[in-house]
Amino acid sequence: MTTTNTSSISAGFAELSDPGAELGKLLSGAYPDARGRFGPFGGRFVPETLWGAVTRLEKVAKEALADPAFIDELTYQQRHWVGRPTPMMHAANLSARWGNGCQVWLKREDLAHTGAHKINNALGQALLAKRLGVQRIIAETGAGQHGVATAAACARLGFPCRVYMGAKDVERQQPNVQRMKWFGAEVVPVTSGDATLRSAIDEALRHWVGDPLGTHYLLGSAVGPHPFPWLVRTFQSVIGSESRVQMLEQAGRLPDAVFSCVGGGSNAIGMFHGFLGDAGVQIFGAEAGGQGVGAGLNAATMASGRPGVLHGCYSYLIQDGAGQVARTQSISAGLDYPGVGPEHSFLHAIGRVRYVPVLDADALSAVREVCLGEGVLPALEPSHAVAAARAWVQENPGKVVLINLCGRGDKDMPILMKNL
Amino acid sequence: MPPIAQHVSESIRTHAKGGRPALVAYVTAGYPTKGSLLPQVRALARHAALIEVGVPFSDPMADGVTIQRSSQVALANGVSLDWVLAELETAKGHIGVPVALMSYLNPLISSFGTGPAGLKHLAGRCRGAGVSLLIVPDLPLEESAELRWALHGEGVGLVQLVSPVTPAERCAVLSRESDGFLYAVMVTGVTGSGSAPPSEGELQAYLGRLRAVSPVPVCAGFGIRTRGQVDALAGHAEGAIIGSAIIDAIEQGRDPAALLVELA
Repeated sequence: MTTTNTSSISAGFAELSDPGAELGKLLSGAYPDARGRFGPFGGRFVPETLWGAVTRLEKVAKEALADPAFIDELTYQQRHWVGRPTPMMHAANLSARWGNGCQVWLKREDLAHTGAHKINNALGQALLAKRLGVQRIIAETGAGQHGVATAAACARLGFPCRVYMGAKDVERQQPNVQRMKWFGAEVVPVTSGDATLRSAIDEALRHWVGDPLGTHYLLGSAVGPHPFPWLVRTFQSVIGSESRVQMLEQAGRLPDAVFSCVGGGSNAIGMFHGFLGDAGVQIFGAEAGGQGVGAGLNAATMASGRPGVLHGCYSYLIQDGAGQVARTQSISAGLDYPGVGPEHSFLHAIGRVRYVPVLDADALSAVREVCLGEGVLPALEPSHAVAAARAWVQENPGKVVLINLCGRGDKDMPILMKNL
Repeated sequence: MPPIAQHVSESIRTHAKGGRPALVAYVTAGYPTKGSLLPQVRALARHAALIEVGVPFSDPMADGVTIQRSSQVALANGVSLDWVLAELETAKGHIGVPVALMSYLNPLISSFGTGPAGLKHLAGRCRGAGVSLLIVPDLPLEESAELRWALHGEGVGLVQLVSPVTPAERCAVLSRESDGFLYAVMVTGVTGSGSAPPSEGELQAYLGRLRAVSPVPVCAGFGIRTRGQVDALAGHAEGAIIGSAIIDAIEQGRDPAALLVELA
């Protein structure tokens, strides 16, 4: 290999100076490029031991996605096991409550099997694991939704499953811990690091290093080394493609604005991909604003971070001046993560998506409003998106907004009983 | 122009006597205290061909519990890449053997600014601190061009790692791209792991494959803790990297230099 002065780690933003052209590259499939980059973001920063596993995964995934038999099996399972398509619901009472002429639509991913969008990716990757010929599956989980989805998919497809979960999250998401166990998964509490999602990913990666070719690491968010961000987005894009069709059918038009919550950003990237090419649709990602602005008080990566490398990809990252990953805080375990998917960093850099922090308190009040208004208990994560939409429609009269209600709130009962 | 970090290759070959591997000693910088770094380096240098100084990172994904623990203590002590380089600079020329810096990528690209100017600054600081080589466990060859280019501009090398699951052709490429020595990971696993160590036959076949293609000395690391393990490397590797065992010794209040004497 020749060593040249090509910018391989961080091209900076110089090459993103033409946002329209950059978006075109994404929509045409030129990103992620051969090196797994969205502009400068992404890549494969993994130990040599994992190199073979990530390159094999990319190859097998591309073959599978081009194979009609694989797509048929995925579609069959999505329909009869997951319950797709999930409904699109006009939230008439929420619209009236918020006023200012707004019309609110909710994509009901909370009605997908196991209660969140996570099942879309867990199912897809578990089907891939069969083609990979691996013997077992490991996963990380934050709020527990990805762990439950993975455990369910493993039960369905016959894989032994182990889920790494931060000890702090095990504590605050007990119902999901029990569900994983009932699906036959082993739940391993992670006490290293900050004992949340980030440490769970560290630990899952360490165990994958121990068996890179016999184990599939079923990563649940749109983060990690290539091909994961692309793969997760591919399996989550069903949210956005269904939503676009449903909006046209039911509302007779596209929304003015789309809102999703963003931790690592899997539900958001799936939703956003349905609308990125529609110039008239504004897109917003709601990050965990926690207790407010300040070190250690939030998990709002775009607002508080700068580019760096964590968990195998170059992306925005909350870190200190010496490159150490910082502690984060959010009432929502699923958003309590210092990084974000590289494709989100790209969309942020080109300005196609606006990322806004939402405080814990505003997310909590949104939970209450959706409960009272629509008879739906949303999870804390999408309640951040609800709160961001609520604030936006106050400033923008007469708008049609679409919110991805990516999960149900039953898992949050212990926290909600304390805080609502 | 001689190869980058040729003096490291020479130090390893000189210390490898009668077929027994030279020792490469790893310490986590600033563990157990900031003041311990330079005394540890000087003491270990008397029994080693190369000192590997580890920059602690908050999320060390290739490390087992021992180095995770030492890294957390070091971070709590306020250790940063900038501090490690400043400390090594004060000892430059007085250590006696070459020094390699082991760091995950993020501290390297974030401490002095991301982008070519930051990396050039990093490389200059490494040279100024007497650091001959960088070992970056989360930087595969395909992502390494920019950092290598910056380091080579200052005469600092970049080490490649290979693992038991690396295919033969890739091993050949990695060994050609590796400066100073080739880091042969001995287990499919994280540092210090005792899980599934390869059989002696497998190990010797693996190292034999590497030595057949590598223009630089091959040093074996990950999970080497006993004299028996070092004995088994005789004639098969030019170096043995001792990491977690040294940290364990320090943690238990034993003299890490005495450990090297036992293993030598």
